[in-house]
Amino acid sequence: MEKITVEHLNTYFGDAHILKDINFKVAENTVTALIGPSGCGKSTFLRSINRMNDLIPAFKCDGTLLLDDEDVYAPEMDVVDLRRKVGMVFQKPNPFPKSIFENVAYGLRIHGEEDEDFIKQRVEESLKSAAIWDEVKDKLDKSAMGLSGGQQQRLCIARTIANNPEVILMDEPCSALDPISTLKIEDLIHELKKGYTIIIVTHNMQQASRVSDYTSFFLNGEIIESGRTEQIFVSPKEQKTEEYITGRFG
Amino acid sequence: MSKLTSETIMEKSLFIIALFSCLVILLIISFIFIEAFPAIQEYGIAQFLFGNIWAPNEGQFGVFAMIIGSLYVTFIALLMSVPLSLSCAIFMAEVASSKVRKFLKPVIQTLSGIPSVVFGFFGLILLVPFIRSQFGGTGFGILTAAIILSIMILPTIISVSYDSLRAVPQDYKEASLGLGATNWQTIRRVVFPSALPGIITSIILGMGRAVGETLAVLMVIGNVAKIPASILSPARTLTSNIALEMNYAIGIHYNALFATAVVLFIVIISLLIIANHIQRKYSMDIGGGTL
Ligand SMILES: Nc1ncnc2c1ncn2[C@@H]1O[C@H](COP(=O)(O)OP(=O)(O)OP(=O)(O)O)[C@@H](O)[C@H]1O
Ligand SMILES: [Mg+2]
Repeated sequence: MEKITVEHLNTYFGDAHILKDINFKVAENTVTALIGPSGCGKSTFLRSINRMNDLIPAFKCDGTLLLDDEDVYAPEMDVVDLRRKVGMVFQKPNPFPKSIFENVAYGLRIHGEEDEDFIKQRVEESLKSAAIWDEVKDKLDKSAMGLSGGQQQRLCIARTIANNPEVILMDEPCSALDPISTLKIEDLIHELKKGYTIIIVTHNMQQASRVSDYTSFFLNGEIIESGRTEQIFVSPKEQKTEEYITGRFG
Repeated sequence: MSKLTSETIMEKSLFIIALFSCLVILLIISFIFIEAFPAIQEYGIAQFLFGNIWAPNEGQFGVFAMIIGSLYVTFIALLMSVPLSLSCAIFMAEVASSKVRKFLKPVIQTLSGIPSVVFGFFGLILLVPFIRSQFGGTGFGILTAAIILSIMILPTIISVSYDSLRAVPQDYKEASLGLGATNWQTIRRVVFPSALPGIITSIILGMGRAVGETLAVLMVIGNVAKIPASILSPARTLTSNIALEMNYAIGIHYNALFATAVVLFIVIISLLIIANHIQRKYSMDIGGGTL
């Protein structure tokens, strides 16, 4: 089943035409990697899906972007609900300067959850799903700022999971992390695939091939090629894709 | 000359300049204390601090009413100014478009550039008659002075808390909005708590300005050296006490005015210490995660 369907999406920052006629589909419970050189529009695309680009006043877009069969950019779309369903993990770990517990509970609280027992249980589940529970269970009331970068990033994933999203967008989630933390996050992505649809931006080709089922290659605001990850990496159809993944440019 | 020696000369001269500035300040402080000493010795410290009667002609120098006057008027001014200026800072930092922000910033800077005497004059001409017609009495008093002061400290509180709100990393906001929080939830639960140490500092600075302000207060507060019975009663502050009588004070009266300055000094220092303490506690709480 298609979770996300994008047709003829164009986006602009002021006069700059960033994404050009994007067509893209994501099936439920799969991991899709977005690859491409710096500045080609991967983050812009990712942030179009949960409407984070709306924060930039000069942003405009046209075309269709469907989550299930709902039009994300329809005027009646509830952005708050959209962002609950489509969670995001950022490049730099960005926990709040609050306790570990409150970081994970944040999403529940802002969506009006008041049952403390339920919040406690959700926080524990989410920390377990994000494979960080054992490391933090004894210091839930300590500041999240005291965790290592890799732990912070897994905490941010837990925070996203606590909202019970359907889709998780990850924008270079490992770029600020050491190799061991990176492996932990990759394992985590494998686990999460069972319950969530994941789209991940990465500059690391090995990572893309390790974690993803599908890959799309972006270049200058266009999707050059999309397909199953093995196919993209083993027998790309487009010359440019091959040049990029073999490291001949970008 | 080698690079090393020029650098040492630089360091040494900066050190001497810093030392000199500290020395000047110490000199002023010790001068105040020395001049204040005879009055305290002759009149007694308890009587001076807690005495109710200030009557230089009769040799009575109790400043208790002035301490109360200063604290009272400062407290009321903060009560009016803090909510107003914080709302304004939040509006400017988080809600206003960059166009509106570019318009508001210079307006607030201008407000901070207006001299005290103009505020006092404004109070005398407009506010005193207004208070008189609304609430009766003379119109001179705590409330009138507090209103003037609350306007005078607006720019301080607004600009310092605005800066600390703007300094909250964009990352926090994105994380909050990305979880589906509304703008307002993000401000209330993430931006404001992160900026809190800076906001407390802004309030302290405003408080310092309010306690120390002399002329504008003197022009509208009525200057009666008695413990104010109500918010509409005239009163006298520590600063205006000095300014009003320094022209003709001689002998122990002169020393008593310096003693008033010492009290003012101690009041301000203790406010700073309290505020510092609160600030340290809050920033530690953020680090420690009790927010
Ligand atoms: N807020 C903005 N205002 C104007 N232009 C922007 C803005 N954000 C991004 N752009 C432009 O959009 C283009 C795509 O940027 P984007 O961040 O999507 O690239 P990216 O593929 O994520 O790059 P990277 O791999 O370096 O993260 C770039 O040319 C960039 O200059
Ligand atoms: Mg990017």
